Amino acid sequence: MTGSTAILASMAAHLLAAGGIAMPRIDYTAILPELILLGGMLVLVLVSSLSPRPLPTEAYATATVGIGIASLVASLVLWRDVSDHGPFTAVARAVNVDGFGVLFLVLVSCILVVAPLLAAGHLRREGVGGCEYYVLALISGSGAMFMATANDLVLIFLALEILSIPLYILAGFDHLRESSGEAAMKYFVLGAFSSAIFVYGIALTYGATGSTNLAQIAAFLARNVVTSDGVLLGGLALLLVGFAFKVAAVPFHMWTPDVYQGSPTPATGFMASMAKAGGFAALLRVFVTTFPTLRGTWQPAIWVIAVLTLVLGAVVALVQSDVKRMLAYSSINHAGFVLLGLQAATARGVAGSVFYLFTYSFLVLGSFAVVSAVGGKGDERHGLERYRGLGRRQPALAVTFAVLLLAQAGAPFTTGFFAKFYVVEAAVSAHSYALAAVAMGTAAVAAFFYLRLVFLMFSDVGRTIPTHEGAATGGTPTDTLEMPSAGGVATLVAAPVAALVEVAEPDPAIVAVSPWVAAGLVLCVATTLVFGVWPQPLVDFAHQATLII
Amino acid sequence: MIHAAFLIPILPLAGFAVLFSLGRRLGNPLAGWLATAMVAASFVVTVIVFVALFQQAPAHREFTQSWFTWFGAGRLRVGAGILVDPLSMTMAAFITGVSSLIHLYSIGYMKHDEQFPKFFTYLNLFVFAMLMLVLADNFVLSFFGWEGVGVCSYFLIAFWFERDEAASAGKKAMIFNRIGDAGFLVALFLIFERTGSFEYTTVFSRLGHVGTPSLVAIALLLFLGAVGKSAQIPLFPWLADAMAGPTPVSALIHAATMVTAGVYLMCRINPILHLTPDAAHVIAWVGAVTAFVGATSACAQNDIKKVLAYSTVSQLGYMFLAAGSGAYVAAIFLMLTHAFYKALLFLGSGSVIHAMDEDQDIKNMGGLARLMPITGVTFLIGWFSIAGVPPFSGFWSKGDVLQNAWAVTPALWVIGAVSALLTAYYMGREYFLVFLGERRWTEARPVADGHGKELGHGLHPHDPSWHMSLPLVVLATLAALGGFIDLPFHPNLVFLERWLDPVVGPSLLQTHFSVGQEWLFSVVDAVIAVTGVLVAASVWRASSSRPALEPRFLFMAWFVDRGEDRLVARTSTALANFTATVVESRIVDGAVNGVADLTRWSGERLRRIQSGYVRNYALGLVAGLVVLVAYVLVRVGS
Repeated sequence: MTGSTAILASMAAHLLAAGGIAMPRIDYTAILPELILLGGMLVLVLVSSLSPRPLPTEAYATATVGIGIASLVASLVLWRDVSDHGPFTAVARAVNVDGFGVLFLVLVSCILVVAPLLAAGHLRREGVGGCEYYVLALISGSGAMFMATANDLVLIFLALEILSIPLYILAGFDHLRESSGEAAMKYFVLGAFSSAIFVYGIALTYGATGSTNLAQIAAFLARNVVTSDGVLLGGLALLLVGFAFKVAAVPFHMWTPDVYQGSPTPATGFMASMAKAGGFAALLRVFVTTFPTLRGTWQPAIWVIAVLTLVLGAVVALVQSDVKRMLAYSSINHAGFVLLGLQAATARGVAGSVFYLFTYSFLVLGSFAVVSAVGGKGDERHGLERYRGLGRRQPALAVTFAVLLLAQAGAPFTTGFFAKFYVVEAAVSAHSYALAAVAMGTAAVAAFFYLRLVFLMFSDVGRTIPTHEGAATGGTPTDTLEMPSAGGVATLVAAPVAALVEVAEPDPAIVAVSPWVAAGLVLCVATTLVFGVWPQPLVDFAHQATLII
Repeated sequence: MIHAAFLIPILPLAGFAVLFSLGRRLGNPLAGWLATAMVAASFVVTVIVFVALFQQAPAHREFTQSWFTWFGAGRLRVGAGILVDPLSMTMAAFITGVSSLIHLYSIGYMKHDEQFPKFFTYLNLFVFAMLMLVLADNFVLSFFGWEGVGVCSYFLIAFWFERDEAASAGKKAMIFNRIGDAGFLVALFLIFERTGSFEYTTVFSRLGHVGTPSLVAIALLLFLGAVGKSAQIPLFPWLADAMAGPTPVSALIHAATMVTAGVYLMCRINPILHLTPDAAHVIAWVGAVTAFVGATSACAQNDIKKVLAYSTVSQLGYMFLAAGSGAYVAAIFLMLTHAFYKALLFLGSGSVIHAMDEDQDIKNMGGLARLMPITGVTFLIGWFSIAGVPPFSGFWSKGDVLQNAWAVTPALWVIGAVSALLTAYYMGREYFLVFLGERRWTEARPVADGHGKELGHGLHPHDPSWHMSLPLVVLATLAALGGFIDLPFHPNLVFLERWLDPVVGPSLLQTHFSVGQEWLFSVVDAVIAVTGVLVAASVWRASSSRPALEPRFLFMAWFVDRGEDRLVARTSTALANFTATVVESRIVDGAVNGVADLTRWSGERLRRIQSGYVRNYALGLVAGLVVLVAYVLVRVGS
C-alpha cells in the first residue's frame, strides 16, 4: 500500500515538475456564487453533524435561504461588473462570465431562495427533514451555475453531472414511499444513459475540431468549412440528445411524467426549475455561440423537436387525472416554448428564452408547492377531484394556485403572458411563422387543462363541502391567525402570508400550510403579478443576456 | 418646488393603500379623517407647485417630470410621468380643493354607514385616478386615469349595491362609458400610428405631418370618449341614473370632477382642434343641443338630485359649446365655477335629503329655509350662481361662453341663451319647492334611516353638523366670488386667460368685441337670468303642482333613454340571443368540440406510449437518437 502511494506521489511530482499539468490561475471572484453555494453546503453538513440534537428542518431552510441570498448578492455584483466592464473569461478560459451566464447565476440564486421555503413544510410533514435535502439542492444549484457559465464541453459535462446526481437523490428522497424510489431509479438509469450519449458527443466534437473549448471550437469552425463533416454533425446530434433529455424535450422526455409524479412534490418543482434552467443555459450557449455556422443543420432539428414537445406536452396533459402528471406534461409544453427562442437563434430569441425560464421557475416552484400542500400527509392525494371546492375551503390557497395556473396558461397581467409573448415574437421575427402558430395553438389547448383545474377549485357542484365556519368551530378560527402589524407596509406583506397559513387539520378536507410555504408562495405570486403588470425591468434584465464567445 | 409635483397624485394613492389594508381597523371616523388629510395635503402641495409655476416667466411654465418607462415594445415607449403646466395645475388645484371639502362633508354624511372605511378607500382612489388623468404627460397615462375614474365611479354609484337601482345604475354607467372609451382607444391607436408617440408635447409638435382626415378622425374619436365620460347626447342617460350613489359622490364625481374630464381632454388637444374646424363645429353643436335638452329635462324632474343631474348635463353642454367654439379659457372658466356651485348645490341637496330622512321628492318638501338657514342661504347662492345673476360666478363664466358662441354663429348663441333662461327657471323651481312655500311634510310621519330600520322619532329638519356645513359655506363663498378670476371689461382683469395663455393661447378663437358690446352682452345675460328667476318665482311661489309645465316627455328626458333601450339594447339582445343559440351552440361549438374531441382522442392514444417500463423509455430515447443521427448523416451526404 505504502509503496503504491509513494509511486503515485512521485508520479504526480514528476508530472508537475515536467509541466505536464499546469495549475491554472483561478479567479475566485468569477466563481464566487458557486463557491458560496458549495461553502454554505459544507457548513450545513458540519453543523448538522456537530449539533447534539437534530435541528428542525426550518433551521436548515433558513440557512439555505441565507446562502441563496448571499449568492444572489454575489451574482448581482458580478452582473454589475459585466455591465460596467464587459464580459470576461476566467479559470483557464473554462468559465465565461458574460451577461447571459450571470443572468442564470441570478436565476439559480433566486430558485435557491424560494425553493427551501416551499420545501420546509413538506419535509416536516413527511418526517424526512434533515440537512440532506438542502445540501443536495445547493450542490445541484452549483452545478446549474457552472453549466450556465461553462466555456468548455468537459466542464459542461461535469456541471451536468453535478446538477443531475443530487436530483436523482432528491427524486428518491422520500424513502418511506415506494414510488419515490422508483422515480429515482428511473431517473438515474435514463440519466446515466443520456450522459453517456452526451460524453460520446463531446468525444466526436473533439475529434472533428481538436478542442473542447467552446471559443476554440467556434474559431475552428469559422476558419474551416466543415458543414458536411459526419463526425462533427454526429457529435452535434449526440450533444443535442443529452441536452434534450435534461430539459425534457420530446422524444427524450419519457422519464418526465413518472419521475415528476413519483418524486417528493417540492423536489419535483425544484427539479423542474433547476434542471431546465441549467440544461437550457448550456444548450443555448453551445448551439447559439459555438455552432452558429451549422445553424442550417440544427435549426430544422430543433424545429421538429419544438413542435413535438409543444404538441405532445399539451395534448397528453389534457387527459391526465393526476395533477402532478398533468403538470409534468405541462412542463414539457413549456420546454417547447423555450425551444422557440433557441430555434430563432437570435439575440431576441435568447432573451425571450431567458425571460421564459425566469418566469417559469417561479410558476412551477409555486405550483408544486401548492400541490404538495393539497396532497396532504403521505404526498399521495393528487387526483383532480381533490381540488374540487378548494376555493370554498381555503380561498387564499386556491387563489394562489389559480394565479400560478393562469400565469402558466399565459393570461395577461401575469408574467406568463409576457413570457409567451416574447418567445413567440422572437419566432415570428425570425420568420418561423408555422412554429409560432403551433405554439399558440398548444397554448390554447394548455389553457383548457389549467382552466379546468381553476374551475374545479371554484365550483362545488353536487357536493357538500365543509366550510370555514365548520372549521372554526373546531378550535382554529382563521381570523385569529392574522399577524399583528406594526404598520401599513408590514401588513401588506404579512396579510397575504397570514391569509395562506393553515395550522391544524380539524377537518380532513382542510390542508395545512406552514408559514414557510406561505411566505414562499407569496414570493412566487408577487413576482408573477408585479412583473406581469410592470414587466419592463425584467425585460430589460433579460435583454442583458448577451452571449459572447 | 415644482419638483414636488409628483406628490400630488402620490398622496391620495398612499391614502388609498393605507385604507385598503388597514381601513377596517381605522374604522369610523378615523378612516375618513385620514382620507381627508391625504387629499388636503395634496391640495397644499398643489398650491405650492402652483405658486412656484406662477413665479416662472409665462413662456417657461411647462415642466415634464418623467418617472419611469411604463412599458415598451418595438419603437413604442410609454412613460409614466407628469406634465406640469398652467392647464394641468388649474385642474389639479380645483380637483384637490373641491375633493378636500367633499371628503370633509362625507365624514358627516356617511356617519351612519356600515361601509364607512370602504367609501373613503374608493374616494381616495378616485382622486388619485383623476389627478393622473389631468397630470399625465401622455395620452396612455391619461387613459389610465380615465379608466381609473370610470371604475371608481362604478364602485361608488353601486356603493349601496344591495339596492337593485344602485347596482343597475352602476352597470349602466359602465356600459355607456365603454362606448365612449372604444372611441378613445381607437384614437390612441391612430395617434401612435400617425405620430409615433403618445406624449402630448411630441404629438402636438408633429401634427404638421398628419393629414387632415386623420386629424378629424382623431378629434372626433376622442370627442366620442368625451361624450361618454361627460354625458353628452346621445350618451347622457347614465348620469341621471348615477344619482343612485351617495350624494357626496354625485357632487364630487358626477358634477365637479370626473364628468368634466371630457372637457379637459378637449382643451388639452386644442392644437388638434385648431387644425380641424369641422370637428370643432360638431363639438360645439353637440354641446349646444345637449345644453338645451338637459335644461328642458331638468324643468320637469321631481327628484331633488335628478334636477341637478340634468342641470349638470346641460352645463357640460355649455362647456363643450365653448371648447368647440375655440374658447378654451371660457370652457375651463365655466368648469371651475360650475365645480363650485354644482358641488355646493349637490352638497346642499344632501343636507336636505338627510333632513328629510332620505326622501328626495321635492313635491314632499317646502318651507325648509327657516328651519335650515345655512343650507337655505348657501343653496340660494348656488341657485343665483348657476342662473347667472350678477355678480355671482355663473354670470361671468356663462357670459363668456355665450359671447364666444355668438362669435361662431348667432344660432349657437340663441340656443345657449334659451337654455340659460331655462336654467334660471328650473333651479328657481327647485328652490321654491324645497325651501319656500308651505310645508308639504308632517312631523309625525314614520321615520326610517334609509335601510328600513325605524328610528322612532319624528321629522325635525335642521342644519347638519359642522363637517357638512363648513364645505357648504366655503363653496358658497367660492360660487359667489369665483367669477372674479376672469373679468371681461379690461385686459388686466382676465387673470385666467393670461394664466392659460401658454397652453391654449395660439389656438384661441380671437373674439373682438368693443367695450360697448361687452356691456350689451352682460346686460342681456343679466336680463335673461333675472327673467328666469322671476318666472320661477311667479309660477312656483304659490303652488306646487303645474302639470302643464311638467310634460311627460320632459320628465322622460325626451325619451332618449327609452329610445336607446328599444333601438340599441333590445336589438343587441336579440342579436346576442341569435348568436348564442344558433351561431355559438351549433356552428362554433361544433367546430370547437370537434377539435377538442380530436385532441382528447390523440391524447388518449399518445398516453399509452407511457408504459412505465424503463426499457421502453430508453428505447424511445434511442429511437429519437437514431432519427436525429440519420438526419445529420443525410445532411452530410447532400
